[in-house]
Amino acid sequence: MRAYTPKDDVQAKAYYTDRYYVAPQVPKQEVETDEVFAADLAALKEKFDVKESFIQMKQMIVYINASDIYGVLEFLRDELTYTQLSEMSAIDWLAKDNTFEIFYQMLSMTKRKRLRIKFFINNGDAVDSVESLFRCADWSEREMFDMFGIEANNHPFMKRILLPYDWQGNPLLKTYPLEGDEFAAWYEVDKIYGKEARDVIGPEIRDTARVDRYDSERFARLGFEVPKGTEITGNEEPNKQDYQEEGGVFLVKKFTKDASKIIDDPQR
Amino acid sequence: MAQHKVNYTQDGGLPVALTSIDKIVNWGRSNSIWALTYGLACCGIEMMASGASRFDFDRYGTIFRASPRQADVMIVAGTLTKKHAEFIKRLYDQMTEPRWVISMGSCANTGGMFNTYATVQGCDRVIPVDLYLPGCAPRPETLQYGVMLLQKKIRANKAGNAQKPKRLM
Repeated sequence: MRAYTPKDDVQAKAYYTDRYYVAPQVPKQEVETDEVFAADLAALKEKFDVKESFIQMKQMIVYINASDIYGVLEFLRDELTYTQLSEMSAIDWLAKDNTFEIFYQMLSMTKRKRLRIKFFINNGDAVDSVESLFRCADWSEREMFDMFGIEANNHPFMKRILLPYDWQGNPLLKTYPLEGDEFAAWYEVDKIYGKEARDVIGPEIRDTARVDRYDSERFARLGFEVPKGTEITGNEEPNKQDYQEEGGVFLVKKFTKDASKIIDDPQR
Repeated sequence: MAQHKVNYTQDGGLPVALTSIDKIVNWGRSNSIWALTYGLACCGIEMMASGASRFDFDRYGTIFRASPRQADVMIVAGTLTKKHAEFIKRLYDQMTEPRWVISMGSCANTGGMFNTYATVQGCDRVIPVDLYLPGCAPRPETLQYGVMLLQKKIRANKAGNAQKPKRLM
């Protein structure tokens, strides 16, 4: 059977979709325009296979083979003074060609240059861990595993970092719904009370703008409060809420709104 | 043998106050609501401000405790994530009855602006809640008013064992 695709507004879509829209891109420059980067790239090309390279926003981007990553980062750190791994993560291109793009953002403090190493891996492949080169990659690779499901070989502790260990799904995938799949929606109920409790507790209410004036289970009208679960028809009695009961409380000072002092000066 | 004799029943000198058990127990309970320190996010800052000198929760007998076993009320101040949901249930179960829960701020009430996969959409999905405070974040005055409303609620109920333990299910 063919996969179902929504056809809600297939007729109207042509009127508000620009067929010739091209997403704007940051202009690319040749690496030769910057002599520091050009020297770095030449040194890199001697030892490793470089697929593509250019400069964007004064930063050099270099595409390499996935298997070279440990050697490239080691070479950059030890020979070319790119001593900081600022950030690393993945980009989801699964819908386009079933690949992930992995990037490593490097910083050289002495050259005052930033450089980005990138490569593609197929869905399901693992990357080589650079944790033994940069300690900060420990958590970054765990986060990548948590959010994308990409494992890192030779990592000392390849477990989820943000989400609980028994979580299912990888939330930064573009196929993952923002409000969560069914597992996420029932996670706390299933874990604490068991699946049988789903009927009792009920589904999540995700509409934050939802207000039901006649629902006394979930809503209370200020000044017209009724006990929870009361049937409301629309003519509730006014319910004046004072701080304390009318008769006062034993040994406790009586607070009244009328006798209270109102402080107007915010700089008091 | 005392040398002097005081006639306690005269001259208003009777050192005895007559009241009902309910009233005296509820008076004690409502004026010593010890709160479990439960700051989960930015509402926790407002909760701390309520406890500090400017707003001074001690006036109401509300003293923050670091242990659920010493606490009467749990003030859920902040965003409850799904990872944390089991811990809030465990801490709630460790509190001795009678116990109350104040859900402080939009996130604890409904999930607030975090309409995402990782946020519990209201802490009442996990534990029973007595009082919901609106606001993002509520001012310390709101929390004070909430505690005073909770005192009213405690005084309005029977003090004995007839009080039904609250269960979510």
